[in-house]
Amino acid sequence: MVRETNRHFKFDWITILLFFCLVGFGWLNILSASHVGTEVNYFDFSQPFGKQLVFIFCTILLITLLLAIDAKFYERFASVIYVISMLSLVGLFVFGKNVNGATSWYGIGSFTLQPSEFAKAATALAVAKFVSDLNTNLTFFKDQIKVFAIIITPAILVLLQNDTGSTIVYGAFFFVLYREGLPKYYLNIAVSLILIAILSLKFGAVITSIIAVFVAIAIYFFNKRKFRVHHIIMMLAVAIAVSFSIKLFYNNILQPHQKDRISLWLNLEKDPIKLDQMKKTFAYNLNESEKAIGKGGLWGKGFMQGTRTTGKFVPEQHTDYIFSTVGEEWGFVGSSLVVITFVLLLLRILHLAELQKSQFSRIYGYSVAAIVFIHFLINIGMVMGLIPTIGIPLPMFSYGGSGLWAFTILILIFVKLDSNRINEW
Amino acid sequence: MRQFLLFISIIVVGLIFIARLFYLQVYTTGSHSLFADNAIRKVYDYPKRGFVFDRNGKLLVSNQPSYDVMVIPREVEPLDTLEFCNLLKITKDQFLAKYEKSKHYSPRLPSVFVSHLSKEDYAVLQEKMRKFHGFYIQKRSLRHYEASIGANVLGDLGEVNNRTIENDPYYRMGDLIGKQGIEASYENTLRGVKGIKFIQKDRFNRNIGPYKNGEFDTIPEPGKDITITIDSDLQAYGELLMRNKRGGVIAIEPATGEILAMVAAPTYDPNLLVGRDRSKNFTKLYNDSIAKPLFNRSLQGVYAPGSPFKLMNALISLQEGVTTPKETVTCYRGYHYGRSFMKCHCASGTRNNMISGIQHSCNAYFATMYRKILDKNGNASEGINVWSEHAKSFGLGEFLNNDLFVGQKGRIPDREYYKYAYPKTFYSSYTVSNAIGQGEVATTPIQLANMAAAIANRGYFYTPHIIKNIEDETLPEQFTKPKYTTIDSQHFDPVVEGMHEVYKRGTAASLQVRGIDICGKTGTVENFIKLDSTKVQLTDHSIFLAFAPKENPKIAISVFVENGYWGSRYAGKIASLMIEKHLRDTITRTDLETWILKHSLEDEYAKPYSGKPFGINGRSAFQVVDDEEYAELRALLEQINNPDK
Repeated sequence: MVRETNRHFKFDWITILLFFCLVGFGWLNILSASHVGTEVNYFDFSQPFGKQLVFIFCTILLITLLLAIDAKFYERFASVIYVISMLSLVGLFVFGKNVNGATSWYGIGSFTLQPSEFAKAATALAVAKFVSDLNTNLTFFKDQIKVFAIIITPAILVLLQNDTGSTIVYGAFFFVLYREGLPKYYLNIAVSLILIAILSLKFGAVITSIIAVFVAIAIYFFNKRKFRVHHIIMMLAVAIAVSFSIKLFYNNILQPHQKDRISLWLNLEKDPIKLDQMKKTFAYNLNESEKAIGKGGLWGKGFMQGTRTTGKFVPEQHTDYIFSTVGEEWGFVGSSLVVITFVLLLLRILHLAELQKSQFSRIYGYSVAAIVFIHFLINIGMVMGLIPTIGIPLPMFSYGGSGLWAFTILILIFVKLDSNRINEW
Repeated sequence: MRQFLLFISIIVVGLIFIARLFYLQVYTTGSHSLFADNAIRKVYDYPKRGFVFDRNGKLLVSNQPSYDVMVIPREVEPLDTLEFCNLLKITKDQFLAKYEKSKHYSPRLPSVFVSHLSKEDYAVLQEKMRKFHGFYIQKRSLRHYEASIGANVLGDLGEVNNRTIENDPYYRMGDLIGKQGIEASYENTLRGVKGIKFIQKDRFNRNIGPYKNGEFDTIPEPGKDITITIDSDLQAYGELLMRNKRGGVIAIEPATGEILAMVAAPTYDPNLLVGRDRSKNFTKLYNDSIAKPLFNRSLQGVYAPGSPFKLMNALISLQEGVTTPKETVTCYRGYHYGRSFMKCHCASGTRNNMISGIQHSCNAYFATMYRKILDKNGNASEGINVWSEHAKSFGLGEFLNNDLFVGQKGRIPDREYYKYAYPKTFYSSYTVSNAIGQGEVATTPIQLANMAAAIANRGYFYTPHIIKNIEDETLPEQFTKPKYTTIDSQHFDPVVEGMHEVYKRGTAASLQVRGIDICGKTGTVENFIKLDSTKVQLTDHSIFLAFAPKENPKIAISVFVENGYWGSRYAGKIASLMIEKHLRDTITRTDLETWILKHSLEDEYAKPYSGKPFGINGRSAFQVVDDEEYAELRALLEQINNPDK
């Protein structure tokens, strides 16, 4: 009987706690990054920190709602949610509001909503639903095509809206599909392609081809499975072709600002005038954010004490570059704690996903972990100058209602699904 | 295996991020001080620099306002350039060049357009300033030297150099710092402590408010006023007497060690090194490599002391017990030693005891005494070390360790000094020249003045110093504690008596001042220079050392006049006049005064560089200043005597 009364509160409180730790700490940093002057009115709703407070309050309502809905609802209506979400993305082409060159927002007065954020959760539901179907087998090419179609549709829609960052996030589903039985050569091909692209941009196609030849020879002699010679030669030919054609792709397909970001990352630009120009534009952000993080030292300058934060040296600091505030004001200790908290949250979700009895819940949980992970990887990597500049928010941290709610939905649906596992006894 | 891919990826990425954070924040992190933070602007507030008063409370150094025209290029609007240039007294080309320079420095930040406007220019400009947008006037503070005396005492201010900035973080580019004289030695007292304001900047370099509400800001601490021991009247009088001469005069109050006057000639008006024309004037003074006006001869001029050093040998011989004041030495127009001979102007067969030996400055007497000192124990090597120790106890041969910015050690040789010249044997006859203050001994005028003070005090002295009083501070012990020489006080009496005889009947008999018992000693020093790599002898230096009155002395003085010939010719007259000026404030020996003012040594100094053959000592003619200059000097004298007019 006791268990009966607690039935509705059997949620995984660790996940929820970690989630709120990140949200709360994120808000403190938004406050620090966006306040002006020394007198702070916490409820000044014209300022980002004030608005974010409202968003967080709404989040609590949203969570109550998400947890109140029956777990079966998400599985049953996954397809419907997906279709509605895709329609909302398509609708952007007609009603969308252009901000910073991307048409990703619906504007209602001063209030804006970014449907692409929600589309991630919808896609995760759809993928979980499709893959968990008894008739689906990812080793079959037909099913592979179907699942790719589910993933690629929103990816292409956001790409057309000029939101490259969100497109890359859909790469997260690779982890999910691989876990669910996608053949191993997809992983090999993906890793090889990325390596070849980076190597040939950095060192040129000829050197990359030579390396490829050596690798091929090594595979021939050391591989236990003994590939056939003509298979190896075919793979080698493809590798060489890719390494020669990547420059073409880089020069003709990529947009100028994307090229600049990659060339800065790989240190390709040697022209001092061009470099100087970069330093004044997008490299400025990166430079300032690295400097702000560096200035934090071991213990940081303290909450609201960062001089580079107060001086607004890092543009967009309360959104994509929020981690630089953490770096400056909380130092190595605070920043490492944030990184560790993220890792703990991800591992918790992953662990719970593996525990799921229902295949739908497991796949959905896996998708959640993968999506949050990709955001974490790209955002913090970018702010610290480890990967090229790609504008996506840091989950739970960055300012913005849509982002916060999308991650709330993404994670809390999983918490609900998970509670269903516990309650299924 | 498949379920571990994401798991491992998460952990690896987490570790990479922490490693990167460690690299950025702990490994390569720079200084965390506010001063190194370029997001914080540091604005300095300079305090008033302390004033300087003389011993009678007369203001010597104060501050004057100066006005800089500043420009912020971005805010400049089209203006009437011609009018503006006329107001600033610059040409249009200069205007454009300056404008370009400041624009190049920064279009947003202020830079100095024209510095150090005079009060008059400022008054005119201020009326019209509203017409010129982007320009404004900034007030700064400059030094003002009330009287144009004592440049070598007071010193000057200049911009700090990079080395000082590196060594002392207090200073920043463009700050002023004392460069010479008391401005340098009392820099920390006079300057005070500047205040600092920390201001938060934004990325456009604009000020967005005080950093942390001004929690770390400091208010400036004003510099302290100081009183120096110089008597400005005596100083001015000394400088006037030393006109057209080169050398140094130092007067000390024996009872305290306070420096009453410190004249270095030639000198210059200290106001030359203030403000807009500083660098031009400084270059001019600096490059005068013959007269060397920046060279403080009274502190840095190292000369052979000549006959005044005989007093030292007399004192040492008494202390070492090698003679008595009554013992006589017969002089045969000089002193034979080995195959050498040292001349003396005594009549052949003169029997000198100590008092008459000093009175007539008998070379033979002091050569004998010197050798007796060195040979006391039959070992001249030991003897010279004992002799050297005695001399050094008077502050000779070593730095005085006082509050003057420059100084020289001079030289008192010991056995160690001669180890290369006489590596094996060493006899007292080798260094007989030291007996008469030639040879290897060398002193500066201030050391000689200090020696005079020690004799005047009969055995002790206070380190000569220039500071009399600092606002609410006590003087360091080294200036208030007497230093005893190694000579017992009873041995001074015959020496003082001899010095008194010098004035009564001896070599300075012509310089007596009625009613004042002066004790003195003349000196005439041979001097050689190297000219085009040949040794050339020039006219002797004129030296004088004195103190007065004989009992309870008030002033001890040493005067050094380069190429002035014998001691009483120039130096002695100047010393007598200075003593009378100090003790009585009026001059009775106006004949001496007139003689000194009228005579110039400029021709004498020009001789070696004229390229023509020249005569020295007795073969050089007197140079008399022309009437116009004499009238000018008279007018200056009048001003010193009656400052109120």
